Amino acid sequence: MRRSHHLAATAATALALSAGAAAAENLTLCWAAWDPANALVELSKDFTAQTGHTMTFEFVPWPNFADRMLNELNSGGKLCDLLIGDSQWIGGGAENGHYVKLNDFFDANGISMDDFAPATVYAYSTWPKGTPNYYALPAMGDANGWFYRKDWFTDPEIMAAYKEATGQDLREPQSQRELMQIAKFFQGREIDGKTVYGVSIFTERGSEGITMGATGALYAWGFKYENTPGSYDMEGAVNSPEAVEALEFYKELYDCCTPPGYDNAYMEQSLDAFKSGQVAMAMNWFAFFPGLYADPNVGGDKIDFFVNPPQNVAASTLGGQGISVVSYSDKQEAALEYIKWFAQPEVQKKWWSMGGYSCHKAVLEDPNFPNTAPFAADFLVAMDGVKDFWQEPAYASLLLAMQERLHNYVVAGQGTAKEALDGLIADWTEIFEDEGKL
Amino acid sequence: MTDSPIARVAEATPPGVARRLRGLSDTAIAWIFVAPTIFLLLAINIFPLIWTIRLSFTNFAANRPGREVEWVGLRNYERILTDEGTWANMQTTAHFLFWTLFFQVVLGFTLAWLINRKFRGNDLATTLIVLPMMLSPAVVGNFWTFLYQPQIGLFNYAVELLTGRPASSFSMLGPGGLAKWSIVIVDTWMWTPFVMLICLAGLRSIPDYIYEAAEIDRASKWRQFWTITVPMVLPFLMLAVLFRGIENFKMFDMVVLLTGGGPGNETLLASIDLKREAFEKWRTGYSSAYAIILFVTVFGLASIYVKALNRVKER
Repeated sequence: MRRSHHLAATAATALALSAGAAAAENLTLCWAAWDPANALVELSKDFTAQTGHTMTFEFVPWPNFADRMLNELNSGGKLCDLLIGDSQWIGGGAENGHYVKLNDFFDANGISMDDFAPATVYAYSTWPKGTPNYYALPAMGDANGWFYRKDWFTDPEIMAAYKEATGQDLREPQSQRELMQIAKFFQGREIDGKTVYGVSIFTERGSEGITMGATGALYAWGFKYENTPGSYDMEGAVNSPEAVEALEFYKELYDCCTPPGYDNAYMEQSLDAFKSGQVAMAMNWFAFFPGLYADPNVGGDKIDFFVNPPQNVAASTLGGQGISVVSYSDKQEAALEYIKWFAQPEVQKKWWSMGGYSCHKAVLEDPNFPNTAPFAADFLVAMDGVKDFWQEPAYASLLLAMQERLHNYVVAGQGTAKEALDGLIADWTEIFEDEGKL
Repeated sequence: MTDSPIARVAEATPPGVARRLRGLSDTAIAWIFVAPTIFLLLAINIFPLIWTIRLSFTNFAANRPGREVEWVGLRNYERILTDEGTWANMQTTAHFLFWTLFFQVVLGFTLAWLINRKFRGNDLATTLIVLPMMLSPAVVGNFWTFLYQPQIGLFNYAVELLTGRPASSFSMLGPGGLAKWSIVIVDTWMWTPFVMLICLAGLRSIPDYIYEAAEIDRASKWRQFWTITVPMVLPFLMLAVLFRGIENFKMFDMVVLLTGGGPGNETLLASIDLKREAFEKWRTGYSSAYAIILFVTVFGLASIYVKALNRVKER
């Protein structure tokens, strides 16, 4: 099965090379419905102008994105010619033959993975992890970061009150503990005649929300999935004392410092809480930061950004995606043309200027890059220490198990952090046994 | 006679077809008419059921077409039946089922009894009461999410008004044990009118002369209610309970929109859990076994119930 996909990919590549530009096609690109997707629509107009291929876009809201797209891939659907799929899908995409392997195509067209940030190549393109087998081109770098109300943090009265309450200066948190201290200070405080709250964090149960949020704390405490990479030896790593402490921290942050009714919140709810002036700080993906900075009510001078604060180590939860050619597409030739066009440094520069997070070194290593946006420097720092969830073919089962364990403990208050992590090891062990990996 | 529809069809039938049909027996003609339905039934009901039973004994995963499918015997069934989580979900389903049926029967019958009494605006009241039932469960789920919102939700404000407890101090859909009651409230709000309509049909089917005879015998209103109204409405009520019971056993959409099964697993009904296993975790073999267990449960309970219903009707 897989070999036939490789043959198809090779044939498509050969066709692309021998025939040059393919006959004009209408390509469908599938992605999540969010701010960067709108930027990509604009950017892709250049592709249409250059090649004659028209573009149709299928954007699915985040909570349904995985469900919808994985169903599409699993059923061998031809809806998407190009898919900007989540980083965790790469294992399943490669092993189940959903994605076209791009090595030959990259070699034939002079596309080098050395031109892209190593962390993004590792996370978005390779399977098995870290091997030079590429199934996607890094398309959208992303990590979970933080933003806060700069106007409140620089308000002399609030600063004085904070100093009085804690004996410290109010500043961007330098550690997870400091973040909680600031959140507690703001919780329930009256500002401009309105009650405000400390933080909005991810607590969502259905898709990936609480895992993406809680891993921000877990990674900062030094959480590891395995004692030895590739061994699936999780006992002592997943439930280490540091991991337990981190999870207890996240629960306390949820209990002490989030707005009322904040028990099933992800990206949208976090943005709403911040934009409506309810919270002092919020977590969300860097992808939203351009839109937040441009917000007429809370953007501009009123907002600033910071990287996920370290505790024991500096680390951030990885977001972002690579762009893949779907192996079931009848228009692989034109789809590969899109990849080739998208990989060009000039296109990548324009991509960044329009609000997309390029992973190309021509963009990221430009000395002026940190000055191009108030969050650009933070993005570089965050991408330097990103960590991702399992990227195994069974990632969906692994993720849902973690969602359930974390939500039960953090939000529903069932059991202890240790019990939650022990239970998670049991769940994951069962899944890996089913997979024949244990 | 020559103008009758049958005669016209006979005249319009081509001679060749008519000749062929004349050679068929009644049984053969009956089979010709019934065969398409039977074929469809086999194709879309029976075959998938048999296929599901077969899959339930394997480790098949629909998202892993290349993986070798292994025969695992009863392992899937054993795992499900010994899994504490599954039993907890079944208990959640039973809680939802029992309390929604209880409230809907009590309120539905009461409303029907009140509506059945003649008063001005009776028709308007009936129309207003049945409105929730006409809404889509998705719409109901979404707007009750807003009603339950601790900061802006009308429900919390109403509770504050009545009890003095601050609106933002509790979350109907959040932790604290209220979520499982929240879904009962919404389902009751939506489907009580359905039970009411069926009870109303039962009440209106009771002939007036029975009550008149009872009046002549000087039976009290209370006695008339328990010996005439209740027994004669009971078959209708039991039918409503059967419909609502089957519907609520497979409740999915409204609860997903309200709570997504949370907080934690507090409102994780068996149907939601099954969907997660089948189409999010892609454990097709395991979820097939799960589906069979649920099917046998609901089929068994419904069969017992239908027998009881028939016994009541025969009385």
